[in-house]
Amino acid sequence: MHIDPNKMVTVKIDGIPVTVPSGTTIMEAAKKIGIKIPSLCHHPDLTVRAFCRVCVVEDTWSRRLKTACNNIVDECGDIFTNTEGIRRARRTILELLLANHPQDCLHCERNRKCELQTLAEEFGIRKNAFDPVYRPVPKDLSNPAMVRDMSKCIRCGRCVDACQAVQGVNAIGYAGRSTGFKITTAFEKPLSESPCVYCGQCIAACPVGALYEKDDTQKVWDALSNKDLHVVVQTAPAVRVAIGEEFGMEKGAIATGKMVAALRRLGFDKVFDTNFSADLTIVEEGNELFSRLKSGKNLPMITSCSPGWVNYVEKNYPDLLDHVSSCKSPQQMFGAVAKTYYADKMEIPREKMFVVSIMPCVAKKYEAQRPEMNSSGYQDVDVVLTTRELAKMIRLAGIQFGALPEEEFDSPLGLASGAGAIFGTSGGVMEAAVRTVYEIVTGKEPQSLDFNELRGHEGIKEASLDLDGTTVKVAVANGLSNAKILMDKVRAGEADYQFIEIMCCPGGCVGGGGQPFRTTAAIRSNRMTGLYKVDKDSKIRQSHKNPEILALYDEFLGEPNGHLAHELLHTHYTDRSH
Amino acid sequence: MANQFEMQITKILDEQGRDQQKLLSILLDIQKASGKNYISEEAAEIVSREMGIPLVKLYDILTFYAMLETKPRGRFLIEVCNNAPCYVSKSDRIAQFLRQELGINFGQTTADGLFTLQYMPCVGACDIGPVIKIGDRVYGNLTEEKIRKILSDLTNNLEG
Repeated sequence: MHIDPNKMVTVKIDGIPVTVPSGTTIMEAAKKIGIKIPSLCHHPDLTVRAFCRVCVVEDTWSRRLKTACNNIVDECGDIFTNTEGIRRARRTILELLLANHPQDCLHCERNRKCELQTLAEEFGIRKNAFDPVYRPVPKDLSNPAMVRDMSKCIRCGRCVDACQAVQGVNAIGYAGRSTGFKITTAFEKPLSESPCVYCGQCIAACPVGALYEKDDTQKVWDALSNKDLHVVVQTAPAVRVAIGEEFGMEKGAIATGKMVAALRRLGFDKVFDTNFSADLTIVEEGNELFSRLKSGKNLPMITSCSPGWVNYVEKNYPDLLDHVSSCKSPQQMFGAVAKTYYADKMEIPREKMFVVSIMPCVAKKYEAQRPEMNSSGYQDVDVVLTTRELAKMIRLAGIQFGALPEEEFDSPLGLASGAGAIFGTSGGVMEAAVRTVYEIVTGKEPQSLDFNELRGHEGIKEASLDLDGTTVKVAVANGLSNAKILMDKVRAGEADYQFIEIMCCPGGCVGGGGQPFRTTAAIRSNRMTGLYKVDKDSKIRQSHKNPEILALYDEFLGEPNGHLAHELLHTHYTDRSH
Repeated sequence: MANQFEMQITKILDEQGRDQQKLLSILLDIQKASGKNYISEEAAEIVSREMGIPLVKLYDILTFYAMLETKPRGRFLIEVCNNAPCYVSKSDRIAQFLRQELGINFGQTTADGLFTLQYMPCVGACDIGPVIKIGDRVYGNLTEEKIRKILSDLTNNLEG
């Protein structure tokens, strides 16, 4: 059939006429007139697979049921989405899925957040219509970041699309056929022996409890109730514009003050900000870039703050590891500084320090456990929680998030510039770096601190920045498929950039694998807007002007890229291609 | 040994031209050359690297097609047709006799690693049913006597 998206087509859905461009799916057309067709395998940001069959509808041209997610209105007569026949068919499909599902909702990570459970509830399923055929499969607990429990898998393929099409990681895929059809790694290996980088995009895509981050909340509760420990927490930029969503606030709402208040009520001794150490990262990375620009060595320099990206480059581009900035990520810089500078300043023995991170990220759990991340003599960051895990703790503590007052971060690791805030979005690290590097190179302040060419959703953004006569060519990639495109160019010697920012997840950390469930491109965009607003409203918008950063160098670190800075704030990478 | 097999795979890839459209015939050739009628993980990794196909996507293909196998099988794969026309000409008796003669069930391999028993769908030789297929060769009009002869010929040729 010829599809001309400029042509409009009018169809009747449940008797209501709707006019949509030719080629529109039944599901999209129905949405336009306020009809939500249920589905499990459909996700607005992923390719259409029509695996689950829950979205079936009837039409007057066909004697068979049609799936609404992949059939277009051009090929339909009058469409009916809510007949007795449809309701029964959908119900039977759900009952068949449930026959092959453990149904231990009470013990499931996704209890009350599971799309299958929600649909079962909506369809009023109260008993098993079919004898269970479900057989348990051992969980994959092979890594410190995430769990795969394939007993719960409904084979919708959303995780595979996220892993293959969106991220290009190709850790998981399909295998077998018919009743043997399943989602697995190559040769059924544990994730730790697969190309997995622990980005967690599969978790974000999963509608049920088959994929989830390792729950580390109990470790934090234990630390908080241990009177011998001084427990501090850091919060990543992208958490503050997402945590509110867990408590009914608008998508992308800025909830910094309430988040700080909630953390204080949970019992953390100090509530600090990863935005502070993002500023620190910029000072270190800016100086590193400056010296690489001067020497012309290892260019383009590539950012290193995204742990999923670091895992990816170690596994796929071991020949290009010299290009990756030696700077640790803000999370790890924070841990190293908290357990040295802060502990010493407050006269707290380093072994009594307990550092918790709240991250939008799953890969951060793996990063914190890297053996090289112990500059303080101890594991620099003790526990990493995702945004979702923090929400769990807040709920368990009975804290009414919406009713909380707005509170401020503690000092001295809590003050941050707007540049630190935008680390959480694609293009933000680059923009933050440019604001500082401009001054290092030219000695002058940039005319405008807004580098709009670096903002937005495009997979790859390129810009030539004029540093008062010196042109620096930069590129920004978000999502690993886009990173691959840039890296292949660098490997082939076809890239003339001096600086590249790479964020593992689509949209950057705002779209991280640890963010509230049901994130879509539109929601990522709201969170992005939130972070740029945090930046705009900041008194200080350049990292090197943060007085707490200046004090840290003055009192403790000495020079940027100096000896102590190297010891605490820089790292090395390992070829993990085999 | 491993190196020799790797060279064999490279040779197959060179001959077939690393064309993704020829993937199935490449995999069948590799399977045949393996001596154990399967594609090992090591073999798959070579194909993945040489042809630029992610290993997990290759695994999808290897587990999708009944003719491909990822676990070692016997040197000779004895496939018995279990479709209706052969069944009418008593393929079940042939199946039973093979089980007895080899001392294994379907899906199993003899202890000496020589024979694996499997079912297969119709190969279009219903006029000479019941049929079995060993490697590329189809044997028809089978009797117990014929089967004994086929098996001993295979074993003897091996020794010779």
